[in-house]
Amino acid sequence: MTLTDELFAKNTVKLDSKIPDGPVADKWDNYKENMKLVNPNNKRKFKVIVVGTGLAGASAAATLAELGYQVDAFTFHDSARRAHSIAAQGGINGAKNYKGDGDSVHRLFYDTVKGGDFRAREANVHRLAQVSVDIIDQMVAQGVPFAREYGGLLDNRSFGGAQVSRTFYARGQTGQQLLLGAYQQFSRQVGLGGISLYNRSELIDIVVIDGRASGIVVRDLVTGEISSHAAHAVVLATGGYGNAFFLSTNAMACNVTAAWRAHRKGALFANPCYTQIHPTCIPQSDDSQSKLTLMSESLRNDGRVWVPTNPDETRQARDIPEEERDYYLERLYPSFGNLAPRDISSRAAKRLVDKGQGVGPKKNGVYLDFSEAIERLGHDVVQERYGNLFEMYERIAGENPYETPMRIYPASHYTMGGLWVDYELQTNIPGLYAAGEANFSDHGANRLGASALMQGLSDGYFVLPYTIGNGLAPLLGKSMPGIDHPEFKAAEEAARERFNAYLAINGTKSPDYFHRELGKIIWDYCGMERTEEGLKKALELLPALYQEFKTDLRVTGDGDNMNQTLEKAGRVDDFFQLGMLMCRDALDRNESCGGHFRSEYQTDDGEALRDDENYCHVAAWQWGGDPMTPNLNVEPLEFEAVHLATRSYK
Amino acid sequence: MSNHLKNITLRIWRQAGPAAKGNFETHVVDEITDEASFLEMLDILNDKLVTEGKEAVVFDHDCREGICGTCSLMIDGQAHGPQRGTATCQLHMRQFKSNDTITIEPWRASAFPIIKDLMVDRSAFDRIIESGGYITADTGGAPDANLIPISKIVADAAMDSAACIGCGACVAACPNGAANLFTGAKIAHLSRLPQGQAERYSRVEAMVETMDEKFGSCTNHGECEAACPKEISIDVIALMNKDFRKAKFANRKDLARK
Repeated sequence: MTLTDELFAKNTVKLDSKIPDGPVADKWDNYKENMKLVNPNNKRKFKVIVVGTGLAGASAAATLAELGYQVDAFTFHDSARRAHSIAAQGGINGAKNYKGDGDSVHRLFYDTVKGGDFRAREANVHRLAQVSVDIIDQMVAQGVPFAREYGGLLDNRSFGGAQVSRTFYARGQTGQQLLLGAYQQFSRQVGLGGISLYNRSELIDIVVIDGRASGIVVRDLVTGEISSHAAHAVVLATGGYGNAFFLSTNAMACNVTAAWRAHRKGALFANPCYTQIHPTCIPQSDDSQSKLTLMSESLRNDGRVWVPTNPDETRQARDIPEEERDYYLERLYPSFGNLAPRDISSRAAKRLVDKGQGVGPKKNGVYLDFSEAIERLGHDVVQERYGNLFEMYERIAGENPYETPMRIYPASHYTMGGLWVDYELQTNIPGLYAAGEANFSDHGANRLGASALMQGLSDGYFVLPYTIGNGLAPLLGKSMPGIDHPEFKAAEEAARERFNAYLAINGTKSPDYFHRELGKIIWDYCGMERTEEGLKKALELLPALYQEFKTDLRVTGDGDNMNQTLEKAGRVDDFFQLGMLMCRDALDRNESCGGHFRSEYQTDDGEALRDDENYCHVAAWQWGGDPMTPNLNVEPLEFEAVHLATRSYK
Repeated sequence: MSNHLKNITLRIWRQAGPAAKGNFETHVVDEITDEASFLEMLDILNDKLVTEGKEAVVFDHDCREGICGTCSLMIDGQAHGPQRGTATCQLHMRQFKSNDTITIEPWRASAFPIIKDLMVDRSAFDRIIESGGYITADTGGAPDANLIPISKIVADAAMDSAACIGCGACVAACPNGAANLFTGAKIAHLSRLPQGQAERYSRVEAMVETMDEKFGSCTNHGECEAACPKEISIDVIALMNKDFRKAKFANRKDLARK
């Protein structure tokens, strides 16, 4: 298949972002004043399905149940507490200005829009900054043990892309503590009967009847049973698709299936090429490695990043004199230094490693050095701040970071792209909502540190409970299709056929083999740096490998009990299709912005060169019947409150 | 820097379902780098099994960063293996040597029925949390976060207990299959904080009673603390017992007035 413009049938779907009227700072208040409400006694007449129990899913399910809606919650984990939000380390932003250092809602809003390289929807980001302060209050009320000063007040630290300290944290385990807070609130509702919990149940399909999301089809992972569940609204809070790269900091089971199946049923997938490559991960040590481990960005508060100036350097790090070290982030970005945003720090590391200045046995890392911090603050203070991260590093890399600098390298970490949603977090399919990392909404082309936790909880606690009510109010008294509707039966049958088909191929290669090969292609051609030539090549390699997947896959065991190989096959299938869309989107976006860096579009000093005239828009793709023939829809981005500027951290 | 281990013999528990009879199956790993994690070794084995047309060994795992608590293996009779304060997913092959024989089993506890091979059902833990392991604070009504100062010492102590990952190693290591460390950790986390005081005694009563329904009794062996990948101290059990006794013996209305 050749890549020509004719493939892109432009604007097949009418996109209405439903941004409320008024100045950006008043939009959310205006929305809330004008939205429709559901009487408390009527809420119990509505059922809402929430898929995923991470920060967004757990907080949405708990809050909706507290309000009185009937909630059915689904997780493919054994427990709602396992979702990958738990692994977030560094912190959560909140515009509290507790430090008195000039923070405000407007500044957090501005930092986030700028951090996202002016590719996010202003109205959504402003709302996020507004509710950020409520999130901190809510989580403290839940008993989240945030770090405190000696006087008992909350402590803050600084994160990349910000010049204020607005990040709240619980040691290096902030995600864990926030998720446990939300999980406990969620569990209370399970105990009270407000939430029906379906664990070890994976979403296989979305059912759309007469243009409205009417329910889902799930597979019980223990018994293999396929079943249908109907509801008045469906929320997908199913995370991102970073595992498309195979090697990533995502948990092993993170996948795109829920979002992808919604996409195949008509939901638009926005900006799939916006993926975040996190600069501070432990470099790959051998080819059998199955996942990469993140070292929190908070380490860059005190750690200094450097490489030896001499590519042939053989000495130990501590024996290399100061003048033969290149503290390249401090050199290139003096005003943000080691706290330059993630996309910028990652590319800087990649360039030096590509030039042969990498460190470590495979020369595939850069140093993150704490010796100066240990000298300045003392061993104990450094241990207090980062002790658990240092231990984690030592366990994995076998080196003591108090004595030798850490070695770090960028890795796939987060995906800004996701299901297209309007201001209400509703996809273009009425009744189908997407929250947290699963939607595309708030981070533009690059997410700032400590903003993912903020967005997940914002969506779940403070946005969806309002907007879902607004969507449900007009449905009062109307009958909804039940699971005996032929569409449900057809979806169940298709799901059964799909899994039987994987088992029937009986080829020679495991799903893991295909996932690894697929990931390699996406990493090489749609990773930190992309080119037209490379993306075109990837769009030739991917369909060929996908064809091989469909004819040479081997899945052992059977479909009617716990079979992790079979689960994996379904997820890899969806990653293949998504991978083609990621490359297509990256190819179509002829500019560089945030995490999307096209080598052809850069400034003289190697920074991302945006093209606001042609690409100041959201690219929202519609399923075209085949992963290679998607239809492009465009939502123009308009900036009223911030001035479109070249992003500079120098 | 990296070395290769040779000739590792794995004795792995295989069990087709909850009611099936299980048995050990032996596999030999010819060579593996010591940089590999223990679970990566199982990944490689599984890939080989699938390619040969055999069923992969089922085991629970997810984040591989020691924080989600999904992984759960009894390695040579030790929950999470030989390295102290380390979950299975953070265990690396450099902890082993060539020609070792390693026995891998699921958690064994009556409250955690085996689903298949090395995977068990730990939902009894969720039932304990559902019965009271929370602070009731519906979304929306929270006061400003800095309204209640919490001493750093108290916040740190709460955090020490809150670090529990809910993996179940404490139950698996306990000769009685007791869940006191898990339950005590949550109680200690919430009851140490000012926000947790209102429900302090109702919480401990509900959680302990749910725990007693599903798990064995604690006889202070201390195996739980030794097995805990987050090194949570058994002091939390003492705190739980003290609060439970108070809740039972005193009139709760009086307690609320104190």
